Amino acid sequence: MAAAHNFGKEVLEVRSLTMDFGGLRALDNLDLSVRQGEIVALIGPNGAGKTTFFNCITGLHAPTEGEMLIHPPGQSRTQRLNGLKPNRVTERGLARTFQNIRLFPNMTVLENVMIGRHCRMSAGIPGAVFRPRSTRKEERQVVNDSYAMLEKIGLEQFVNELAMNLPYGAQRRLEIARAMATEPFILLLDEPAAGMNPQETRRLDELILRLREQEKISILLIEHDMKMVMSLSDRIYVVDYGKKIAEGSPEEIKRNPAVVKAYLGEEIDA
Amino acid sequence: MQVAEELKKSALVSIWFMFLTFPIMVIRVNTIYNTVEWRWLNMALVGVGSFFLSMLWRFMIRRKERGKKKAEIKDGAQLTLIQRLMQSRRVTLSGIVLVAIFAMIYPFVFSMYQTSIMITALIYVMCGLGLNIVIGLAGLLDLGYVAFYAVGAYSYALLNYHFGISFWMALPVGAALGFMFGVLLGFPVLRLRGDYLAIVTLGFGEIIRLVLENWNEFSHGPSGIANIPRPSFFGYDLSLQQVTVWIYFLMISLVIFTIFVVGRLQNSRLGRAWVALREDEIACQAMGIDKTRTKLSAFALGATWAGMAGVMFAAKTTFINPASFTIWESVIILCVVVLGGMGSIVGVILGAMVLILLPEYLRAFSEYRMLLFGAILVLMMVFRPGGIITNVRRTYRFKGKATTDGSSA
Amino acid sequence: MDYFLELFLGGLTRGSIYALIALGYTMVYGIIELINFAHGEIYMIGAFTALIVAGVLTLMGWNEIAILVIASIVAVIYSSAYGFTIEKIAYKPIRKAPRLSALISAIGMSMFLQNYVLLAQTSDFLPFPSLIPQFEFLESYAHIVRSSEVVIYTVTAAVMVALTILIKFTSIGKAMRATSQDKTMAALVGIDVDRVISVTFIVGSGTAAIGGVLIASHIGQINFYIGFIAGIKAFVAAVLGGIGSIPGAVLGALVLGWTESFFTGYVSSDYEDVFAFVFLVFILIFRPAGILGRSEAEKV
Repeated sequence: MAAAHNFGKEVLEVRSLTMDFGGLRALDNLDLSVRQGEIVALIGPNGAGKTTFFNCITGLHAPTEGEMLIHPPGQSRTQRLNGLKPNRVTERGLARTFQNIRLFPNMTVLENVMIGRHCRMSAGIPGAVFRPRSTRKEERQVVNDSYAMLEKIGLEQFVNELAMNLPYGAQRRLEIARAMATEPFILLLDEPAAGMNPQETRRLDELILRLREQEKISILLIEHDMKMVMSLSDRIYVVDYGKKIAEGSPEEIKRNPAVVKAYLGEEIDA
Repeated sequence: MQVAEELKKSALVSIWFMFLTFPIMVIRVNTIYNTVEWRWLNMALVGVGSFFLSMLWRFMIRRKERGKKKAEIKDGAQLTLIQRLMQSRRVTLSGIVLVAIFAMIYPFVFSMYQTSIMITALIYVMCGLGLNIVIGLAGLLDLGYVAFYAVGAYSYALLNYHFGISFWMALPVGAALGFMFGVLLGFPVLRLRGDYLAIVTLGFGEIIRLVLENWNEFSHGPSGIANIPRPSFFGYDLSLQQVTVWIYFLMISLVIFTIFVVGRLQNSRLGRAWVALREDEIACQAMGIDKTRTKLSAFALGATWAGMAGVMFAAKTTFINPASFTIWESVIILCVVVLGGMGSIVGVILGAMVLILLPEYLRAFSEYRMLLFGAILVLMMVFRPGGIITNVRRTYRFKGKATTDGSSA
Repeated sequence: MDYFLELFLGGLTRGSIYALIALGYTMVYGIIELINFAHGEIYMIGAFTALIVAGVLTLMGWNEIAILVIASIVAVIYSSAYGFTIEKIAYKPIRKAPRLSALISAIGMSMFLQNYVLLAQTSDFLPFPSLIPQFEFLESYAHIVRSSEVVIYTVTAAVMVALTILIKFTSIGKAMRATSQDKTMAALVGIDVDRVISVTFIVGSGTAAIGGVLIASHIGQINFYIGFIAGIKAFVAAVLGGIGSIPGAVLGALVLGWTESFFTGYVSSDYEDVFAFVFLVFILIFRPAGILGRSEAEKV
């Protein structure tokens, strides 16, 4: 899976990220990078700081120290994520899903994805009230684009269903569809396979790979399902107590004694 | 035996209520004249009444539980008759036509007094539609909405008093001021959630009223401002009867305008952002929606309607004072929105009609009006928390590529 | 200096009464996350019940202290009964409904109770017999503080102590604390959540009733509307201190009482209520959870 790719330059670069919550140090001088087209996994025991990491780079928490930089493909300028509000981070091209699914339950599947298009639309109050041709065109476009995204993810049969009525696996995929609708260059997935059965997980694997190929995005993935992590990832970071304890290819990580001790335990066969 | 069990329960409830209400219902002490009055008849009434009411209550609660269980089994929202009716285009259209005809002939069929009441109801419809944006769509619990209403009313009254501004000029000014105050009052509460937001907004409403009451130089204090001119009719002099009809049709037009604009807002990028904000604030930010702007726009756009309604109110009653802008007004408008079914335009209209017209027509019970009002609120929330028109949001129904357009009611 | 002291003690008086009422708000909110709008009416009903009992007993010629004690006890019993009943009718059936519905229900209940008392009694302001005896040893300080105020401080303090003992050292207190933290878990470990909620309402109503009797004796008159104003102020106090926190309610009440007192004494008495609200807004903007409130961080 991983070998065939020639990765471009780095699109996400995090240096010495530190996050303190009062007396608790959740992240400790963490370095991480993701190259264009890469699938990078972030693994570690529960409470290791993985979701906190996501929260920092997406602007939910302001890190105590550290630099978070992005180099969006096709743009020469480096941009700093520090201090940006979450919606600005998404505008720059980072989209995420959540560990505990955070869909908009009383909105339909289509509408959930349409929300993802929000930051790529421009209609404001005058557009809403007067509905000039440009706005009407934009609205039609949004609906079509959202439906197209649903087709890509394989959820089009649920299009008018309320999000809260979806089966669990479909909800997780809907979160991905919604995130993809924001046209990110990097997708941050927080335990996307949690609670899925093996069959659903395989579908998810295929989806992620397909997204990487067709949408030309990078993926940063937090996961506990080792089989999935080993088969999908190009590179893996292992964290424990907020510190990076290992980094490398799946083979390297499998054999790394520190990692095995801290996290993988006996079974590694993936 | 079930019946005996029921009778026993009701009897116990009856005794409890007789005990509970004994001091207040039975004994009437007058400490001015030092008399005591014993009204034993009341106790009997309470006893009998609570006996039967408790049986009715338990019956209704059981029905509610059964209804809930059925909904769970059938999986998914149970659409009521009204909702199913509303989904049929033909029914909706004929309904609208009927309502339109009724609205047109109303002031000519009914007396001036009743037209005046209908005008009041329409003012509440407008306010309800505005508050619906804030609470129903964006999910921001604003208990101080009356502040914007007061701003509109006083802006017209004062601008007219000092500069002779006419109603027609005051209307857009009221809207603009409403908008501005919406932003002003929205800023401090951006970080607040749920109940704290409710209390602070309630505080704002009271602050504005108290300032109006005490800042005599500015607002003329508790005595208010009188002789506010009614809207002119092309310069003609109209009798009270005629002017009422004129104001009625003005209100109808304003309400139609409100429905139109609010409907458009609801079905736009902004409207969707409001709903997303209500559903999950964190997720909506993560999807690129600017939380601050979205919240402020909800407050501002919601307040605009109250501002305009306030101008209308001042023009209609020709006299305003701070006592018209208490917390209770906010509460009534809140009830209009909640009772009618949050987020639903039709629901808000129905809610306003019921809440304003019903008490007027229950004047026979005039003393007990507020008592009944309170009881109805409680009962509605217990048995129908979703409001009269339990809101099934008319969402984007995808019908096929390149042709879809959202629609809503 | 005397003036300052007078204002200080006056603020303490206000704060004490607000505290007694605020306790009910904060305890109920802590346990079912509901702003019980009808709580102010419970306070008012307590005062009215005391008035009625006192009126009857006065006409029968009983002695003052006895009347005070009996009227207070009856008022507490009845307020608690009303609190208990209100919960069962207007709040229990909608425990699972959205918060807004519960709020509206509470508002409706508040209106109902106000008008109930209005119709069953009168809209007039009724003089409340001065039941609290004048203590001789306070004669020289009469211009700064009255006997009734001293009684208010002592009773309030006693109530606080009793409540703290209840919450900290009894099993029902423990159950209340557990339920307010996590209702589901509490039920799972065998706590009768319904009973705990009822007890919360009863205790909260009881303290409000005590406040009602005290303030009625102090001010000397009551009317069906007093619950509304006092209710709002006490609620502001509870939110100020951090709603859900019992010490917070007391702290918020004292802060509010003192700031009101000093503001009206030194600045202006017209804008007294404005000040309370502005103060509230200010605090909540900078410390949204209130002074002692628990900032609930959402887990993302």
